[in-house]
Amino acid sequence: MKAKITITLKNGVLDPQGKAIEGALSGLGFDGASDVRQGKVIELKLEESDEAAARAKAEEMCKKLLANPVMENYAIEILA
Amino acid sequence: MKPAIIVFPASNCDRDIAVAMEQATGKPPAMVWHGETSLPDTDFIVLPGGFSYGDYLRSGAMAAKSPIMRAVIDKANAGTPVIGVCNGFQILCEAGLLPGALLRNAGLNFVCRTVTLKVENSQSMFTSAFDKGAFVDFPVAHHDGNYFADDETLDRLDSEGRVAFRYVDNPNGSARDIAGILNDAGNVLGMMPHPERMISPLLGGMDGAAFFKGVVDAAA
Repeated sequence: MKAKITITLKNGVLDPQGKAIEGALSGLGFDGASDVRQGKVIELKLEESDEAAARAKAEEMCKKLLANPVMENYAIEILA
Repeated sequence: MKPAIIVFPASNCDRDIAVAMEQATGKPPAMVWHGETSLPDTDFIVLPGGFSYGDYLRSGAMAAKSPIMRAVIDKANAGTPVIGVCNGFQILCEAGLLPGALLRNAGLNFVCRTVTLKVENSQSMFTSAFDKGAFVDFPVAHHDGNYFADDETLDRLDSEGRVAFRYVDNPNGSARDIAGILNDAGNVLGMMPHPERMISPLLGGMDGAAFFKGVVDAAA
């Protein structure tokens, strides 16, 4: 199965990259874009064929390495 | 003292801090590759600055999971002094030996200059060379030095005297101007500024030499 893991900064954690992107969008004339936040997406293949098992494995990966709970949230999508 | 310096792929201050340790102890420290699973006989561990693993994923994230770190964490928990400078501080946070995290600098710029720090705690084994409230000049050179932790953690660091150094003029947006912190047992120090880059008048000053001499004297 494939997993798609989306990692975002927690609310309240300063995101200077998001702010820089927001400034660049505004410079291009895209008015009204606000609260830009930058995150990352990690895609990977898992050998598990059972969705629950695949999700549990991805969850463990997030906790041990992929996300830092001090500053980040993560969301796991399991794709067939 | 028998210091061991851990070398990760893309560490780049390992040799600088080896020179500083040798200047303070009179003999060269052991250099330990991150892929090792055990440490040599050591009573002082250094995680040097650099850009381990190219800062992939998060600064220090991959290095914190490298094979040698299990041994480092065991030694730290058993009371062996551990110091992490710059990337070493990021690795200590990612390894869970220090609370909080180092975020991208608030101004987005890579900051590379000498900064003045205030010594907040002069009772630790790392800072006893200085008086509380003394000012020292160390260089910083980082992109991810913006110390972040929740308010509860910051309050605890303050009330327990675990802020070792504060920036006089905050260069990176760090919470409460924090430049370096101690763990709760006081045997682990993480700091963004580089004392090893201030160990000779040729480098701009001797505050770093005083720092390392103090560390060695405290351990004696």
